[in-house]
Amino acid sequence: MTEAMTLSAAPPRPVPAGEPVLEVEDLRTYFDTRDGVVKAVDGLSFSLKPGEILGVVGESGCGKSITSLSIMQLVPRPPARFASGAIRFRGRDLLKLGHEEMRRIRGNEISMIFQDPMSSLNPVLTVGDQLTEAVILHQKLGKRAARDRAREMLDLVHIPEPERRLEEYPHQLSGGMRQRVMIAMALGCDPSVLIADEPTTALDVTIQAQILALMEEIRDKLKTAIILITHDLGVVAEMADRVLVMYAGRKVEEADVVELFERPQHPYTRGLMASIPRLTAAEMETAPPRLSEIPGIVPSLNALPPGCTFADRCPHVQDHCRRGYPPLEPKRPGHVAACWESHRLPEWQP
Amino acid sequence: MLAYVIRRLIATIPIMALVAIFVFLLLHLSPGDPAVIIAGDFATEAQIQEIRQQLGLNDPLHVQFWNWLMNLFRGDLGTSIYSGLPVSRLILQRVEPTLMLTLCTMVIAVTIAIPLGVVAAWKVGTWVDRVVMTVAVLGFSLPVFVLGYALILGGSVWLGWFPVQGYTSIFTSFTGFLAHITLPALTLGLVYMALIARMTRATMLEVMNEDYVRTAYAKGLSTRTVLVKHALKNAMVPISTTIGLGLALLIGGVVVTESVFAIPGLGRLTVDAVLRTDYPVIQGVILVFSLTYVMLNLLIDLSYVLFDPRIRY
Repeated sequence: MTEAMTLSAAPPRPVPAGEPVLEVEDLRTYFDTRDGVVKAVDGLSFSLKPGEILGVVGESGCGKSITSLSIMQLVPRPPARFASGAIRFRGRDLLKLGHEEMRRIRGNEISMIFQDPMSSLNPVLTVGDQLTEAVILHQKLGKRAARDRAREMLDLVHIPEPERRLEEYPHQLSGGMRQRVMIAMALGCDPSVLIADEPTTALDVTIQAQILALMEEIRDKLKTAIILITHDLGVVAEMADRVLVMYAGRKVEEADVVELFERPQHPYTRGLMASIPRLTAAEMETAPPRLSEIPGIVPSLNALPPGCTFADRCPHVQDHCRRGYPPLEPKRPGHVAACWESHRLPEWQP
Repeated sequence: MLAYVIRRLIATIPIMALVAIFVFLLLHLSPGDPAVIIAGDFATEAQIQEIRQQLGLNDPLHVQFWNWLMNLFRGDLGTSIYSGLPVSRLILQRVEPTLMLTLCTMVIAVTIAIPLGVVAAWKVGTWVDRVVMTVAVLGFSLPVFVLGYALILGGSVWLGWFPVQGYTSIFTSFTGFLAHITLPALTLGLVYMALIARMTRATMLEVMNEDYVRTAYAKGLSTRTVLVKHALKNAMVPISTTIGLGLALLIGGVVVTESVFAIPGLGRLTVDAVLRTDYPVIQGVILVFSLTYVMLNLLIDLSYVLFDPRIRY
């Protein structure tokens, strides 16, 4: 293990201390469809420091995945287009890069793991083939060196008998094993940013915990910054340093993880928190209470209401909420939220 | 794997038995008395009776079938009514041109159609895609005899690049063989090409939406690598099925193509036999084609192993 680690430790890339490695500024990813412009991501800004885990939460269709695919520039264009914004990675705006330049960053400096490890691995190529591909491409390693590297990576993600696994096909591995392979694949070139799009959603609960622990371990060892996209606030509470809550393509709240969970300022965040199942021993004995839910659904992104997009589902909605979209303001130190009524919300009781 | 092959081979027995029964009945269900045909226009009733006796046509049907089947196992497919030669020899003589025509057609069609299909899928919705698909539809709708004569007119008569008709064995002269086989293979290949290109495009479009293709792009691989290494390899199972089933479709096309280009192959033999109501030859040819078809299906199934590691027999 230690040997593998020294081999895989890349020369530290110069990101000045305290500076973000990735900065997204006013990103707008719009889809031109027959039913009008769908604003999947609408004016999103955030930054990511080296070695930080940023949790991005929200319901399905809130723009989480499109955000990550936008950073990788894997959204199909057309129909998608970047209406505005900048994605600064180590000072370079990714949105201004050409195809070839972007290819050199993808899978090399920024890599990504996906939700379903079964369908995300190519069923007809061996694990070894898929693991070596990126390092041969980006690090210009020879076949043999790439294989050694692949074995190291499997070691790093705690896959036993790496030599044998390299020859196997994805269907011969278990779900957890496959996600480990996906992670190994993403880390092959020592990326400084890892985007994990619902990395544990498709896995068994016990496996989920293992994969999350692995990702944390990797962050600690390799100082990889991680964007963890999930709809599961439990995962976020466990893993993230900072949390960004998205709703209908926009950021509605952002804060450090402890601050956010202790004093959520947006009714949507509160709604998400209230819908986490939490059973006490007493409740287990009697009938568990019905989970609370947020009524309604995310509004369709091509016909957003003029005011607050959450107004129709908000239990604290006032008339003025429907007139204008609330600005994203600091509500407490290091804590921003977009809500007209946040100062009037009742004290949060977890 | 071996066990699977053996099981599949055993499974072909009932199929071939049905084919045999059908082929045998063909002779007895079709109008016209073979004895009358052999005897000719000016034969007397006594002569016809004698021929019937010789051919065993007066025996009960099941006896005739039994004798015919036993001869079949001995490799005796009967004797041509028209030429008096053994059918097996007639077929063997004609196998080479047909086999070569089919192989060349397949090679040309596959090497052209798969790249076309991939490009059409990659450039879906653009003019490239539309051109490829239009050609595919045309290729599908154009009858072989029309295309064949058009190619003869263009390639042989106007340009003078190829001989008009006929066939030279590959063992006699390779260049002569190529000159003779090109136009027929192109003619026969167009339908086949259209079929494979359409299938390739459709399958590729499906595969390109798969998560692992997105993963491949996320690695920074070039579009070319993603399409060929990641997508096409996954698309090969349905494509190879089409290639195999299309080959069966070619059997029909071979008959027409060989007639148009006067190639002395099995197709030509079939047409001649039908025109002369030479039943033993027709029976022999049908048996050979059926057996080829059944074996081809087995080969297609076996070929999946090459493309998909999840398939094990």
